[in-house]
Amino acid sequence: MKFSDFICREAIRTNLDAREKKDVIRAMATSLLEAKKINEKDYESIVEAILKREELGSTGIGRGVAVPHTKHPSIDKLIGTVAVSEEGVNFDSLDGEKVHLLFLLVSPPDRPGDHLRALENISRQLRDDTFCRFLKQSKKPEDVAQLLEEADSNKFSH
Amino acid sequence: MKRVVVVPNKQGMHARPAEMFVRRAQQFKSKIEIVRDDYRIEAKSIMNLLTLGAAQGTELTLEAEGGDAQEALDALAEVVEKDFLEEDAESEAPQTNTQNKN
Repeated sequence: MKFSDFICREAIRTNLDAREKKDVIRAMATSLLEAKKINEKDYESIVEAILKREELGSTGIGRGVAVPHTKHPSIDKLIGTVAVSEEGVNFDSLDGEKVHLLFLLVSPPDRPGDHLRALENISRQLRDDTFCRFLKQSKKPEDVAQLLEEADSNKFSH
Repeated sequence: MKRVVVVPNKQGMHARPAEMFVRRAQQFKSKIEIVRDDYRIEAKSIMNLLTLGAAQGTELTLEAEGGDAQEALDALAEVVEKDFLEEDAESEAPQTNTQNKN
């Protein structure tokens, strides 16, 4: 799976104002709403489900990266977006580090394979130090989009 | 020391099972690795575990090296074979009153 298979370019955000976990998640869901990838009537329930998932255990996966996510019945195809926080967000990650890079995923209830492949793609690509660092340093959504494209064409492959 | 396990749960090794595994792995001093086919990772990082993309039925070889290797393999095999299934059951339960178990 490639980033272009599930990341909505129009919903990518950089220079996040939000500093708290719940506000960041809300801002990312809003970006998907504005990109018309989720419906207004489902917005609150999606945000709530993502926050509820965080209560079970942080989705901070280390290296300053988090993957907040949920399944939702209103979604028929895996969709995601990326956000960059220069300041960092306290995400209660296992390694204690603040999160600077977030991939938010919303998937259909019965497609665990797609969700796993998205996580696999994100984590494999981010193991490349250069890619991870460049993403965190991105100042504009277009920069993030371009890096994802380059990753998709194996520029950072290892 | 090695131990082969098969990912038993329908959801596979997504973020939550990966976190459970890593939390347990970090309790041991031994060097712990996971091998899937010819791909090998160090097992004390969630990000590393997610790179395996281990769906239900995936065969993983756990390898441990150190003084507590045997205990580590026993404990981690149990996490995969038992806790992953419980995690699936929990996540498929009705969304209300989801309690944080521990």
